[in-house]
Amino acid sequence: MGLKLQGHHMLAVKLNDQSGTKRKYTFINRVWLPKILWLWILSTIFVSRVIYNRMNADNKERRDEVLVSMCDQRARMLQDQFSVSVNHVHALAVLVSTFHYYKNPSAIDQETFAEYTARTAFERPLLSGVAYAQRVVDSEREQFEKLHGWTIRTMEREPSPIRDEYAPVIFSQETVSYIESLDMMSGEEDRENILRARATGKAVLTSPFRLLGSHHLGVVLTFPVYKFKLGSNPSLAQRIEATAGYIGGAFDVESLVENLLGQLAGNQAIVVNVYDITNSSDPLIMYGHENQDSDISLERVSMLNFGDPYRKHQMTCRYLKKAPTPWTAITTAFLFFVIGLLVGYMTYGGAIHIVKVEDDFHEMQLLKVRAEAADVAKSQFLATLSHEIRTPMNGILGMLALLLDTDLSSTQRDYGQTAQACGKALITLINEVLDRAKIEAGKLELEAVPFDIRSILDDVLSLFSEKSRHKGIELAVFVSDKVPEMVMGDPGRFRQVITNLVGNSVKFTEQGHVLVQVHLANHAETLMKTKADSFINGDSEGVVLSGGNRFSTLSGREVAEDMHSWKTFKNLILDEESQYLDSQRASTADEAFQNVKLMVSVEDTGIGIPLGAQERVFTPFMQADSSTSRNYGGTGIGLSISKCLVELMGGRINFISHPQIGSTFSFTASFRRCQKNANGDMIKPHSADLPVAFKGLKAILVDEKKIRATITRYQLKRLGILVEVVNNIRTVLSNSGSKNGSPDMILIEKDSWLSGENDCFDIRLLEWKQHGHMVNLPKIILLATNITSTEFEKAKAAGFADTVIMKPLRATMVAACLQQVMGTEKKAQHERDMINASAFLRSLLCGKKILVVDDIRVNRRVAAGALKKFGASVECAESGKDALALLQLPHNFDACFMDIQMPEMDGFEATRLIRMLESKANEQINGGNDVEGTAKGGKWHLPILAMTADVIHATYEECLKCGMDGYVSKPFDEKSLYQAVAKFFEPRSTADS
Amino acid sequence: MDIVNQLQRQYVDFLSSLYREGLLDDQFLQIQKLQDESNPDFVNEVVTLFFEDSEKLLHNLAIALSVDQQHVDYQKVDACVHQFKGSSSSIGAQRVRNICVSFRTCYDAKNLEGCLRCLQQVKDEYYLVKNKLQTLFRLEQQIVAAGGAIPIMG
Repeated sequence: MGLKLQGHHMLAVKLNDQSGTKRKYTFINRVWLPKILWLWILSTIFVSRVIYNRMNADNKERRDEVLVSMCDQRARMLQDQFSVSVNHVHALAVLVSTFHYYKNPSAIDQETFAEYTARTAFERPLLSGVAYAQRVVDSEREQFEKLHGWTIRTMEREPSPIRDEYAPVIFSQETVSYIESLDMMSGEEDRENILRARATGKAVLTSPFRLLGSHHLGVVLTFPVYKFKLGSNPSLAQRIEATAGYIGGAFDVESLVENLLGQLAGNQAIVVNVYDITNSSDPLIMYGHENQDSDISLERVSMLNFGDPYRKHQMTCRYLKKAPTPWTAITTAFLFFVIGLLVGYMTYGGAIHIVKVEDDFHEMQLLKVRAEAADVAKSQFLATLSHEIRTPMNGILGMLALLLDTDLSSTQRDYGQTAQACGKALITLINEVLDRAKIEAGKLELEAVPFDIRSILDDVLSLFSEKSRHKGIELAVFVSDKVPEMVMGDPGRFRQVITNLVGNSVKFTEQGHVLVQVHLANHAETLMKTKADSFINGDSEGVVLSGGNRFSTLSGREVAEDMHSWKTFKNLILDEESQYLDSQRASTADEAFQNVKLMVSVEDTGIGIPLGAQERVFTPFMQADSSTSRNYGGTGIGLSISKCLVELMGGRINFISHPQIGSTFSFTASFRRCQKNANGDMIKPHSADLPVAFKGLKAILVDEKKIRATITRYQLKRLGILVEVVNNIRTVLSNSGSKNGSPDMILIEKDSWLSGENDCFDIRLLEWKQHGHMVNLPKIILLATNITSTEFEKAKAAGFADTVIMKPLRATMVAACLQQVMGTEKKAQHERDMINASAFLRSLLCGKKILVVDDIRVNRRVAAGALKKFGASVECAESGKDALALLQLPHNFDACFMDIQMPEMDGFEATRLIRMLESKANEQINGGNDVEGTAKGGKWHLPILAMTADVIHATYEECLKCGMDGYVSKPFDEKSLYQAVAKFFEPRSTADS
Repeated sequence: MDIVNQLQRQYVDFLSSLYREGLLDDQFLQIQKLQDESNPDFVNEVVTLFFEDSEKLLHNLAIALSVDQQHVDYQKVDACVHQFKGSSSSIGAQRVRNICVSFRTCYDAKNLEGCLRCLQQVKDEYYLVKNKLQTLFRLEQQIVAAGGAIPIMG
């Protein structure tokens, strides 16, 4: 549990790390994103505003300019026209003075004046009328009144009261004839005007007032008329003296301006006011309505000069309407704003999307990591759990085994056995789950050690031989000659895959055969192609064989993939044989190919896999259907493990299966070639070498089935036996007599023997025996898959006294049987030795000098006793130091058994020191080219085995680390001693010692 | 011959009772197997060695753990117990060995009281097994003296 928690913790740390690194490459800051959006919107608003302002300002300026120009234009025109009129009045003044005063008698009277002025009225369009008023001093009033025949009247048309001076109108234009005889000086305005005019001698204007006739606003222009010409710079008194009268005209300013404006374009757009601003604090309006609606925001004031320096006038212009709403500016600004907003929003949306996608991505990554971690954790958990279960399970199984060894009643025994069987099944399952979990957790590593494929297959065969015999199915192995003897790879895993496949095949096959074949992969593939071609050509072989079997397979039954039918098989083998020479020739080139790819196929004639279930065959815990586990047991994890293992071995597994016909599983696996030449001493194979005693023996094999014959021949060939295959017994009989080199043995298939010709063979056999060919008589051996006791009896009676070899055939088994038959005693002895471990141990240890190092006397004694029992001579040392003293080079011990835990100097330390001594010595030997060590291979290396009570793996690793060669668990038992010692010592036959 | 048979049966019963009670284990069997013509007194020899060593070790332990000593030399205790454990497991004195294991946990924890208790237990177990083995050897001698062969178990 603690482990698990720790795992979780580590997982979390890992996740944190990952997320930490991930945040770094986010290029969009999610916190700032909305702020940036708002900033953008604000800046867009600002820019829009600026655009609007600028456009608006432009508009205003243009409007302003227009107003200015219009106003100025109007003012100038008004001024011009006014001054023209003034000039005319001036001209009239000159006229009056010239013709009224300089001439005597006067050339002008009212009539003349009226006519003249009427005729020249076009010249003065601005003046409603002109009149001339004479200056009359009070003293001259009576005379004047008499002369003219009327009294002077005031403006109110009453007789004028007495004043100093009067200015009665004497001449007047017809338009203003109503003012004749009116005293101009009676009106305040006029009087002032008159006084100013005669003082300055220039035209002067009144302030605006309502004119008498039209009630229009107007001003009166007054011009002095002098009786004589004045000097260049006359004084005021002189001017008054010289004044004769005054000419005046009323300007109808209102209609004047009205006319003027009417002539100009843009009249409607602007409001024009004309003011008299002589009194600047109280401007008097001359034209226009003071309170007229207008755009008061914009105003242009133009100064007017009407020639009277005393009076000041100005024209103000305003637009009638307020400035129109600047739609262009508004629209432009608004459009800009909208576009900006859209762009901003789109960018924001994009960024948000990116952020979201990134977030999703991170989340996915996190989930992925989590899922992977969970997967690994699951596998680790499974591995741990399986391991934890396995340990107590081993205890349970061991105890059960011990229990079964005790005295039990039959019921108890039955219970015990059942428990043991269940326990074994459970531990197998756990091992499989553990394997699978290890594979998934990536912990499974394949070994690369040299091994012999054929002996592995023999092992597998022996594993299932009992079962296959029991079921009566034929189990056989064939390994192509081209497959190298030794390859580098993982024998355990290779064996596991084959065991699984063969186990399945045997399990699901009730009758027929199970055939395992091993070929070189590329070789088999090319053949498959040619076979396919020949199949298309209709060349397939549907031969009906003599036994009534329809198919040319091992057992004559149909198989799923007819690659293994005889024709293909023959091709395969023939091809191999023909290529054999080539390959020999090319062997040097072949060696260059480091890898060898094997194709292994396992063919059976079982129930096959239902079509629907074929695709989930390699899925863990999936069996073809639920009834399978009921009928056949098993968990269905084996194939998935096999698949993983095959993939680890760089191959592929697949199968062809037909329900009720059978299945053929085949897989490829890559191995490295063993380098035989690299070092002279060939690496020892895992299994014992095959006996060589049969080399060169001749055998005749009677078998009508060619595949079976080939397989049998393969097994015999491995023993070095030359095999001749014949179809039937008759041929044997006819041949055996004639041939000078008679066969050493005749092997007969049970089928062939039973096929009816046995009688004559029996007779011949008897004849042979009676003829006393006893010495040369070939051994006659029956090969059978299963045999009933009656058949056995019959066989014995028929002369197969020699032996019956039960299939499946294995080289070692065949060898053992042959030894028995041939009676090679010495070899049998040797063989027995091989089987009997303690005897073998004796052969290993006999005569060896062994040092036992242990601080405990009892242990020393026991170890020495055990080793002595196997013939070794033993010396003891009490401590690491003593051992070192004894092991000074050149030492004469063959091995050392070293206790690990010792006071002062423990086993590790002692070993390290010994190894140091050895390596020094080795250097000297190599460097100095000394004569002595060469015989021993030039190297000192004393096998040192640890003796320890712990059997934990860590201790073992520590042992190896400090230079030990292995370990023996304490207390000693034969098995572990044998395992440890077998690695170091060559077996020495006991006969020699 | 009756006496021999009887003695032999007695021997077998006694020995199997030792196994049953867990005083001895398979290792003792292994040692017995090692005894053969070339080494006729092997078991006796080994067991005697075991007795000698054990008594020395027990003595040392008793000194190391004596109550009046303030500072207990646990290293020495460790060495003694380790040796005791090794020799007892070699001989197959299973119960002695088991107590050595628990002894070890006691002195690892520097538990003086536990150590003393274990020491007492070890002593008890040791004397028990010694007693039994001596009985066994007496039986053996009797069998040999009666001219019989020592039956081999297993």
